Amino acid sequence: MDKDIVISFDKFGFQYTAQAEPTLYDINLTVRKGEKVLIAGPSGCGKSTLAHCINGLIPAAYPGRIIGSLTVGGRDAVEQGLFGLSKTVGTVLQDSDGQFIGLTVAEDIAFALENDGVDTAEMHEQVKKAAALVGVEKVLSHAPHEISGGQKQRVGLAGVMVNSVDVLLFDEPLANLDPATGKQTIQFIEEIQQRTGCAVVIIEHRLEDVLWRKVDRVVVMGEGRIVYDGSPDELLCAGLLQSAGIREPLYVTALKYAGVQLTPEMHPAFLPELQLSDAQKQQVREWFESRPAPAEKAQTPVLLQTQGVDFTYDKGHHALKGIDVTVRRGEMLSIVGTNGAGKSTFSKAVCGFVRPQGGSMMLDGEDLSSLSIKERADRIGYVMQNPNQMLCKPMIFDEVAFGLRNRGIPEEEVRPRVEEALRICGLYPFRNWPVSALSYGQKKRVTIASILVLRPQLILLDEPTAGQDLAHYTEIMEFLRSLNEQGVTVVLITHDMHLMLEYTPRAVVFHDGRIIADCSAAEVLNSPEIVAAANLKETSLYHLSMLCGIDKPEAFTRCFIARDQEVRGK
Amino acid sequence: MKKFSVKTIVAIGIGAALFFVLGRFVSIPSPVPNTTINLQYGLLAFMSVVYGPVAGALIGLIGHALIDFSWGWGIWWSWVIASAVYGALVGLSAKVFKMQENELGKKGLIKFNIAQVVGHIICWGVVAPVLDIVIYSEPLEKLFAQGLFAGISNAVTTAIVGTLLCIAYAAAKPKAGSLTKE
Amino acid sequence: MTNLFNYIERSSPIHRMTGAAKLACLLLWSFAAMSGFHTLLLAALTVAAVVLFRISRIRVKDISFMLGFTFTFMIVNNLLIYLISPEHGVSIYGSRTVLLELFGPYVITAEQLFYHLNVALKYTCTIPIVLLFICTTDPSEFAASLNRIGVSYRISYAVALALRYIPDVQRAYTEIANAQQARGVEMSKKASLIERLKNVSAILIPLILSSMERIDTISNAMELRGFGKNKKRSWYSARPFGAWDWISMAVCGALVVLSLVLTALNGSRFFNPFV
Repeated sequence: MDKDIVISFDKFGFQYTAQAEPTLYDINLTVRKGEKVLIAGPSGCGKSTLAHCINGLIPAAYPGRIIGSLTVGGRDAVEQGLFGLSKTVGTVLQDSDGQFIGLTVAEDIAFALENDGVDTAEMHEQVKKAAALVGVEKVLSHAPHEISGGQKQRVGLAGVMVNSVDVLLFDEPLANLDPATGKQTIQFIEEIQQRTGCAVVIIEHRLEDVLWRKVDRVVVMGEGRIVYDGSPDELLCAGLLQSAGIREPLYVTALKYAGVQLTPEMHPAFLPELQLSDAQKQQVREWFESRPAPAEKAQTPVLLQTQGVDFTYDKGHHALKGIDVTVRRGEMLSIVGTNGAGKSTFSKAVCGFVRPQGGSMMLDGEDLSSLSIKERADRIGYVMQNPNQMLCKPMIFDEVAFGLRNRGIPEEEVRPRVEEALRICGLYPFRNWPVSALSYGQKKRVTIASILVLRPQLILLDEPTAGQDLAHYTEIMEFLRSLNEQGVTVVLITHDMHLMLEYTPRAVVFHDGRIIADCSAAEVLNSPEIVAAANLKETSLYHLSMLCGIDKPEAFTRCFIARDQEVRGK
Repeated sequence: MKKFSVKTIVAIGIGAALFFVLGRFVSIPSPVPNTTINLQYGLLAFMSVVYGPVAGALIGLIGHALIDFSWGWGIWWSWVIASAVYGALVGLSAKVFKMQENELGKKGLIKFNIAQVVGHIICWGVVAPVLDIVIYSEPLEKLFAQGLFAGISNAVTTAIVGTLLCIAYAAAKPKAGSLTKE
Repeated sequence: MTNLFNYIERSSPIHRMTGAAKLACLLLWSFAAMSGFHTLLLAALTVAAVVLFRISRIRVKDISFMLGFTFTFMIVNNLLIYLISPEHGVSIYGSRTVLLELFGPYVITAEQLFYHLNVALKYTCTIPIVLLFICTTDPSEFAASLNRIGVSYRISYAVALALRYIPDVQRAYTEIANAQQARGVEMSKKASLIERLKNVSAILIPLILSSMERIDTISNAMELRGFGKNKKRSWYSARPFGAWDWISMAVCGALVVLSLVLTALNGSRFFNPFV
């Protein structure tokens, strides 16, 4: 057998004990030393199950029936067991708070060594080395909530690298990071790989963000099978992504709209090396010029207006420094910025969860500061990121009725209002179901219904699509758009640049407690200064327009989005 | 010694963290001045049913000891141990009367409540006072009065909070049923 | 929030002791104090505790908040004892020396006062030691210390996990409570007690169920890094015992013996000046 092969699936299949159907069918896949492989696919395609097989959680933590064979590091995976495999495969989980087990950075990195019973003095040496490798040596004594999301992920990586593993397995490494940190993570993974020579397997459905750096191979999964295994260049030319439920990189879609025929020789998978002939560039320019400029929306009356809102936490963190925002009736806008930039504090201030020390907030001409949390909720609805943190009743109807019943609304009025909210959210047929029978996206809609039922004039949603694949993302966002079209003003707090571009004409950018930009989403993402300051990421459309010699990247982006909506809208 | 699964260890850790936060930071005023309702016993009873008597005992022990530590009044061992015994008792009766998993129907909830009330009577009426007498030689009457108040208020809290938790937990477990859209 | 348990980093001989030795001393010291009512021993321990406190270079203002609670608790407890059982001292010491008649059953006797003195001394000799332990021991060392004094490493790690996740749980609680209050959950005195308990359940249910979801993630993360594979594990924050550790533990052990010897000599747990 080839010595370079570190992971090899052979006619492999798996069925969870609790399930009626297998989750993986006939998997044949090899990963060699030093290779970087991206495994992509929509939720439920089996990519996480595949990862669990590689690191040994299957069958140790999730029992089931295995057929075929899987060898890792040349030996049978099941024989090696979870602990044996942990010497070869290092797994960095999606939930970096769940992965961070130690009380401090140093202890977390040391965790695997502690379990091996390594001598304390030697352990200190090894922790220092691993911390230096990932660049967290300055924060060794920090607690998890004192470091940033990106640092947490590096700590997680250091914590598995102390085992000097041959394979690094990343489970959705980008899910909880802001765009710039995600970009750095991808670059960082490349550096680590070059330095250590280990194989890297990345499970991720955000193709474009991973392809920011070169990958050797992309494996696309669908319904438990491998539907593609080959070079990223060929994948992008094959046009297979749409049916697989994965979003194409935006510049690839733009090229296709412009009628440019992609071939693997053009290296479409890696933007810096993309080869376009002069004729093709001309083609893109002509397409752009032929498109009508998207119509501007007429301005509506002001709904929410804040002036000079200032807030400092007890511990002295000055989170909001004079925030002026105007939200107009019927708008749908994004608030973006890094973690800690002040965007969630701002939403808390609007909802009354924190009381600003200065400034004023007016909703529809009424001063908010005199209203209690409950009274504000009648005007402004707030939807948390994780629906499981809001659901408190077993039955859907009761969940939606909860806010009304708490307000003492008579039961004969509750029923029609709940039914109306359920209808708007497309949940009416499920009204007598238990909440537990619903999917994640449906639960999200239940929480939105439970807020809408109070008939707020504005709803504020925190990261509505975090961790969702393209299908669920589209489902949730199209739903929000339809709500917006019915007259609800929607404010979204988000890290997702696609979301901001596609769904919200306007973006407010927070940085260090201030607003540094308030303009169209396309303008924000085509301004390198704002992008750098707020830890965002330019869209690839910006680079494409530069490449084609279009000097109005922002107009180009808008024109692309308009076309994309026409195509996807039908 | 019996080996715990890693999952049980984590459940104990998270359970104790929840017990601590509820006991230390979440206070809802009770009708008696200067006392608050101990929500954490609703949690403890529930966790003991789900994760068993050993986990229950350790959640009570660790959570309560950490609360005492954080106030700085030393560890009031008698009450800490009573919390641990409470977790163990409810966990044991859950095992004996098979309350786990999907058994938490109406019958299961009645069993749960009998177990939790008896548990509170034993813990605050017997365990805590006896230990207080042994360790601190406090007067029986005072301990009895204290135990009575603690026992009743904890039992009421558990009856509501614990029962609602059990119902929510049982409902959150997807069951193969025949759900149809209407 | 990092400093939930009020660890104060300073340089002192007490800080330099290992957490395990301090924990052992704390337990031995409290046992010596709990096992008897030998007034002189309790008084001596109180003096020693205050001296140790000075050595640790922890200042009273660092812990004024905790001291406040503790003293309130002590006073309330003493009052409660007196209100419910004003003759308790008499029944313990077997004599009745009335100093002052108040009203009804409330009489002040020398025996009762002496009993209260002993109860108070029990607090004053242990509280400084507990505060000392909390203020001078890095929470990171706590789990390693428990393991060192004989608690299984699995249970010790459960304690470490509790300390690790308390801030996370606290944050989740605040966020959920805010969102539910917006939906009209009322927890103030406006609602009846039963109503309040039902309302607070609307916060606890999502808090607890979503915390339980994380149990799987965390235990996977731990197993993937080899937790539980060996009979023993080492600790990053463990330190070897030094001379002072051994000396302190020996002294505290001797205190326990002394207290037991006093009980044996005395024939009772109570030092009785009234015979």
